[in-house]
Amino acid sequence: MLVYIGRRAVLAIFTVWAISVLSFAIIQLPPGDYVTSYIAQMAAMGSVVTDEEAQNLRIQYGLGQPMYVQYLKWVRLIAQGNFGMSMEWRRPVTEVIGERLWLTVVVSVAALILTWVLALPIGIYSAVRQYSVGDYLATFVGFIGLAVPNFLLALVLLYLGFVLFNAHIGGLFSVEFQDAPWSAARVWDLLKHLPIPALILGLAGTAQQIRIMRANLLDELRKPYVVTARSKGLSEARVIVKYPVRVALNPFASTIGYTLPYIVSGSIIVSLVLGLPTVGPLLLKALIAQDMFLAGTIVLLLGVMTVIGTLVSDVLLVWIDPRIRLEET
Amino acid sequence: MAGPDEQRIFVASQWQLMWWRFRRHKVAVASGGVVIGFYLAVLGADFLAYADPNASEAQRSLMPPQPVYWFDGWRFSPHVYAVKGARDPQTFKRVYRADPGQKISIRFFAGGFEYRFLGLIPMTRHLIGVDGGLDAGKTIFVLGTDVQGRDLWSRLMYSTRISLTIGLFGVTVSLVLGVVLGGLSGFYGGIADTLIQRVIEILRSIPTIPLWMGLAAALPRDWSILQIYFAITIIISLLGWTELARVVRGRFLAMREEDFVVSARLVGCSQMRTIFVHMVPSFMSHIIAATTLALPAMIISETALSFLGLGLRPPAMSWGVLLQQAQNVQTVAISPWLMIPAVPVIIVVMAFNFLGDGLRDAADPYGR
Amino acid sequence: MGAEIATSLPQPTLLSVRNLKTYFAQDEGTVKAVDGVSFDLYPGATLGIVGESGCGKSVTARSILRIVDRPGRIVEGEIKFRRPAGDGGAGGGQVVDLAKLAPNGLEMRAIRGAEIALIFQEPMSSFSPVHSVGSQIIEAILLHQQVSRRDARAMTIEMLRRVGVSSPEERVDQLSNQLSGGLRQRAMIAMALSCNPTLLIADEPTTALDVTTQTQILELMRQLQQEDGMAIMLITHDLGVVAEMATDVAVMYLGRVVEQAPVDAIFHAPRHPYTRALLRSIPRIRSRSNERLTPIAGSVPHPYDRPPGCPFHPRCADFIAGTCDRAAPSLRAVGDQHSVSCFLYE
Repeated sequence: MLVYIGRRAVLAIFTVWAISVLSFAIIQLPPGDYVTSYIAQMAAMGSVVTDEEAQNLRIQYGLGQPMYVQYLKWVRLIAQGNFGMSMEWRRPVTEVIGERLWLTVVVSVAALILTWVLALPIGIYSAVRQYSVGDYLATFVGFIGLAVPNFLLALVLLYLGFVLFNAHIGGLFSVEFQDAPWSAARVWDLLKHLPIPALILGLAGTAQQIRIMRANLLDELRKPYVVTARSKGLSEARVIVKYPVRVALNPFASTIGYTLPYIVSGSIIVSLVLGLPTVGPLLLKALIAQDMFLAGTIVLLLGVMTVIGTLVSDVLLVWIDPRIRLEET
Repeated sequence: MAGPDEQRIFVASQWQLMWWRFRRHKVAVASGGVVIGFYLAVLGADFLAYADPNASEAQRSLMPPQPVYWFDGWRFSPHVYAVKGARDPQTFKRVYRADPGQKISIRFFAGGFEYRFLGLIPMTRHLIGVDGGLDAGKTIFVLGTDVQGRDLWSRLMYSTRISLTIGLFGVTVSLVLGVVLGGLSGFYGGIADTLIQRVIEILRSIPTIPLWMGLAAALPRDWSILQIYFAITIIISLLGWTELARVVRGRFLAMREEDFVVSARLVGCSQMRTIFVHMVPSFMSHIIAATTLALPAMIISETALSFLGLGLRPPAMSWGVLLQQAQNVQTVAISPWLMIPAVPVIIVVMAFNFLGDGLRDAADPYGR
Repeated sequence: MGAEIATSLPQPTLLSVRNLKTYFAQDEGTVKAVDGVSFDLYPGATLGIVGESGCGKSVTARSILRIVDRPGRIVEGEIKFRRPAGDGGAGGGQVVDLAKLAPNGLEMRAIRGAEIALIFQEPMSSFSPVHSVGSQIIEAILLHQQVSRRDARAMTIEMLRRVGVSSPEERVDQLSNQLSGGLRQRAMIAMALSCNPTLLIADEPTTALDVTTQTQILELMRQLQQEDGMAIMLITHDLGVVAEMATDVAVMYLGRVVEQAPVDAIFHAPRHPYTRALLRSIPRIRSRSNERLTPIAGSVPHPYDRPPGCPFHPRCADFIAGTCDRAAPSLRAVGDQHSVSCFLYE
C-alpha cells in the first residue's frame, strides 16, 4: 500500500514540476522581459521606477542569465511565497487572487461531489434495470451531457433564467454578500448559489461516470460471487450494493483523477459566462492584459490544486479497494 | 437458407464485415450522413451563403431572424416581409418592424456576390437570394444579423470552414503523435513505455484549458489568420494526443503476442514490415474509431478558445468567434438569435460521438 | 405467512420436484433450459444429477433456490420442500412449494442459505474479491441466526477448521485471492454449512479442481454429511463422482430427467438408452484393456430447435420410428424406486 501511495506521490511531484515549467513558459512567452514591461507599465500609469529598483528586480529574477537559472530563481521566490507583482493591479499576485482561488476549489469540489452523487445511483439503476425506460432516459441525457459544451449549457441556462424567471442565475453571492466579510449568512448564501454552477460543471463528467458505472456493474453482476451472495439469502438490494457495486466502484473511483482536471478546466470558462468570482475571469483578464505573473501564478496554483485533489482521490481509492492495500509491488 | 449467407460471410473482407456491422447501427449511419453534410457545407459555404459575410451595415444592426412565408395564397412562393428599422427615442435601441405590404420574394439559384466555387470556378449563383442583389432595404436575414449588421446565416456557413477543418488538422497532428508515441510505447515496452506512460499520466492530470489559454494568449497579435489557425491547431493537439496514444498502445500490446505477428517475426520480417504490413492494418479500424471520437473535443476546444477571445479573432470566422457576441447576458436576452451558432456545434459534436461509437462497435468484426 | 402455499408431501421426502419448467425468453426464441423435470430427494441421501453440459442441471439447482437470472422464469411445475422442524422454528416442519414463493420474499430468503445452501464450481470467483473470506461467512451466520458478531466469528473459525482449513484464525481475515482453489472450495463449503442446512446443492463442486484436491473435497463432503445428516443434491457430469458419492441418481437430457434410480441400479441395470450410452462412453478400471469406448452418436441439439417427441430420439440406438419422434414419453416406475422416461418401457 505504501508503495502504491509512494508511487502516486512521486508522480504528483513530477506533475507539479511539469506544471511549474509550463507556467514559467507562459510567463516567459510574451516578447520582452517583464522588468522592462513592468517599467513601461508603471510609466504609463504615471509613476517612475528608479534605476536602482529596476536593477534589483533584474537581479532578483536573474534576467540576462540562462533560462534555467531564471527558472530556479523564480521557483525559489515562489517557495518563499513571493509570486511576483500583478502589473495591471499593481499589487502582489497573492493579494489579487485572494479568496478567488478558494472559491474555485469550492466550486470544483461541489461539482465533483455532485457528479458522484448523481452518477452513482443513476449508473447502478441503469445497470440493474438494463434496457428499462429509465435506463434509456439516462443514456439519452448522458449523450446530451457529453455533447453540449458546458459553457454553452451555462449560456443557455442563463438565458432561460433571464427570460423565464427574470432572474440572474449566475454569480456565487447575492449582491449584499458580494464584498461582505465571511459569516454564517454568507456561507449559506454561497451554498444557495452553488448548485447551478456545480450542475453545469458536473454534467459532462456525470454523463461519463454513468456510462462507466453502468458498464462496470453490468460486468460484475454476471460474476459468480453475486450468486454466492444471493444464495446466502441476502435481500436483492443488499446483494447488489454490498458486492458488485463495491467492486465496480474501483474503476469508477479511479477515473476521478481525470474528472477533476476536467472540472477545473471547465470552471474557468463557465465562471466567465456565469460571472462567478473564481480565478477564471481573472485569468482571462490577466492574459489579455499580458499580466503574466498573475496568469502564470493562476495556472500554477490551479495545476497544483488539481494534483493535490487527484492525490487525495488516489488515497481514497486505497480505502475503497483492499486489493491495492495488499499489493506488494 | 443459411448456406449462401454464411458463404458470403466467409469470403468477405474485414472492411466488408465492418461495413455490414456498422450498417446495423441506424443512429451511427444517420450521424455519418450528418457529418458528411457538414463537410459538404465546408466545400460549398459560399454557395450556401447568400450575403457577403463581412458586409456590415449599422442600419441593420441586431435584426431578428425574419420569418419565411412559404406560400402566397395557395401558390408556392417563399417570401419575407421587408423590415423597417428605427431607433426607439426612449431606449435608443434599434427596433425593427415588418412591413406586410412589401414582400420580398426568395429565389432559388439566384445571383449574388461573386465567388469561386471550390476556389476554382468563378460563380455568382447562390442557393437562395433575392432579385436585384443586395441593398439595405431589400434583402433577407433568415437568422438575423449581428451587432455590426452582418448576416448570421452567411457567417455561419463560412464559419464551418474553420470550425470543422481545425478539428481535422488538430486530430491529424494528434494522430501522428499518438501513433508514434503509443506505438513506441506498446511495441517496445520497457523504459520507453514507462516514460511515455508517465508523460501521458502527467498531461492528463493537468487542467488543460488554463494552459491552452496561456499558450494561445502568448501568440503574437500581428500574426495572420492562417498563422494563428495553425498555432491554435498545434496548441490543441499537443495536449490532445494522449487518448489516441493510449488506444494505439493498447492495441500494440494486445497484438504483440498474436500468432500472426509472432509468425511474421519468425519468418524474418523486418521490424518495420511487421509493424506496418502486419500490425497497423489490423487495428486501423480501431484508430479510425478513436480518431472520430477525438474530433468533437478538438472542435469544442477551438470554439471555447475563440469564444473567450483567445483563439481566432475577427475578421476570422468560426462558430466560437460568432459566439463571442453572445458572451453578455444582456445582449443575449435582447437578441437570443446570437446563440444560434451553438446549435451546429452541438449537432456536430453529437454526430461525431454517435458515429465514433458505431465505428468502435464495428471496428472488431470478429469480436462477439 | 406462507399458509396458502403450505402443502403436503408424503413422509419422509425432503424435496419433491414435479414437472418443473424454467424458460428463458430471448429475442432469438425461448430457450427451454428446464422442460419438465421431476425427481425426489430424501433426508440424508445424496442425489446425483448427471448429464452433459447444457442439459439444464444448473438451472434446475438455481430454480430450487429461486435465483435464476433474468430473463429466466419458472413457468410451470412445483418444488415442494419440507422445512425443518425443531430449533429452526420458522418452518416448523411445514411443507412449502418454493415455485410459488416470491423469489426475493422474506420466506424464500429465510430458506435460502439457511435450509438450502449452494456451492458451485467457480472457486476462483465465487467469493467477492474485495471482502475477506471470513466476513462473507460471518454475514451468512448473522443473517440466519440470533448470535453476536463475536460468536459468529468464532463459529466461522470453527467451521473453517472443520472443513480442514489450516490456521483458520489467520485465514478468516484473508481475501479469497490469497487462498488456493482447493482452500476456496473448502471455505465455500464452510459458508454453505455454517447454518446447518437440511439440503446442500453442490453444483459441479469439484470440476475446476485438480484430481487430488477433488478427492479430498468429496471425502470432506461425505464426512460432513455423516456428521450433520443433510441431504446433498450433487450436480455433475462426472459419473465417477456419482458412483463414489450418490445414493440415488437422476440422469438428465435436454431439460428433462430421463431416468431416476438408486445408484446401483443405474450402474448395473440402466434402462434408458441414454443412460446406457453414457455408461458405455466412460472407461472402467476393471475393464479389459482391448474393450473400446463408444461415444454417443451425434451431438446435443441447439437449445433453440429441440427435436419433437422424445428429445433423445435423433441420437438413440433404439429409436422407434413413428413413436419416438411424435410424442414425448413421461417418467414411469419400472421397479423399486426406479423410473424411466422411454417408450421402450411403456
